[in-house]
Amino acid sequence: MKELTIDAKVDNLDRVLEFIDAILEENECDMKTQVQIDVCVEEIFVNIANYAYTPGEGEAVIQVEVLDPRALSITFKDKGVPYNPLAKEDPDITLSADERPIGGLGIFMVKKSADDISYEYKDDQNILTYIKKF
Amino acid sequence: MLNINKEANGNVCTFFLEGRLDTTTAPQFESEIKDSLEGVSSLIMDMAKLEYISSAGLRVLLSAQKIMNKQGSMVIKNSSEEINEIFDVTGFSDILTIE
Repeated sequence: MKELTIDAKVDNLDRVLEFIDAILEENECDMKTQVQIDVCVEEIFVNIANYAYTPGEGEAVIQVEVLDPRALSITFKDKGVPYNPLAKEDPDITLSADERPIGGLGIFMVKKSADDISYEYKDDQNILTYIKKF
Repeated sequence: MLNINKEANGNVCTFFLEGRLDTTTAPQFESEIKDSLEGVSSLIMDMAKLEYISSAGLRVLLSAQKIMNKQGSMVIKNSSEEINEIFDVTGFSDILTIE
């Protein structure tokens, strides 16, 4: 397992994606899946950075494991306010451009792309685990 | 990292995007669009060299689409298979004009 502990700040997004991409490249992940995984990692990390510790600051821990059969498991942990992003209602993606609200798509994209995703609040931590076959 | 090249020709404005349209680069593109749309009736986004788009990037495209619905049209060109897949998942394929 590989682990990254990092200040939960949007400015650190590039470092988080570098960490993930290095693991994906080592494991010869195809480009399409890598883009899908990066999109999800960005959405989840930016959510933590923007909301978990507001107005204070804190850390996020990202743990990555390659599973057998081949899949990537990424677990995000933070000690911020308890928040289950999976409980958020899905946006209506059939609306026209004029009817659609700006935003609200991030976690929906994560849910659609994941092969498995789960959330728990344990030991004062938000724990979100995203699994994607590759 | 996002490079934006703009070509303005009368009422046609074309953006050539290169790199990543994500949380860190989307604000730059959003302000570039806002500064460029006066009198524009045809907005073209050439994504041949765009590698990646996140929901922050989609937000910018949606707000540009809303503006262009009032004053003309907007077309996405040369987007990659990876990016088209993201448009499909989010229903953006139905609201954007993708050529």
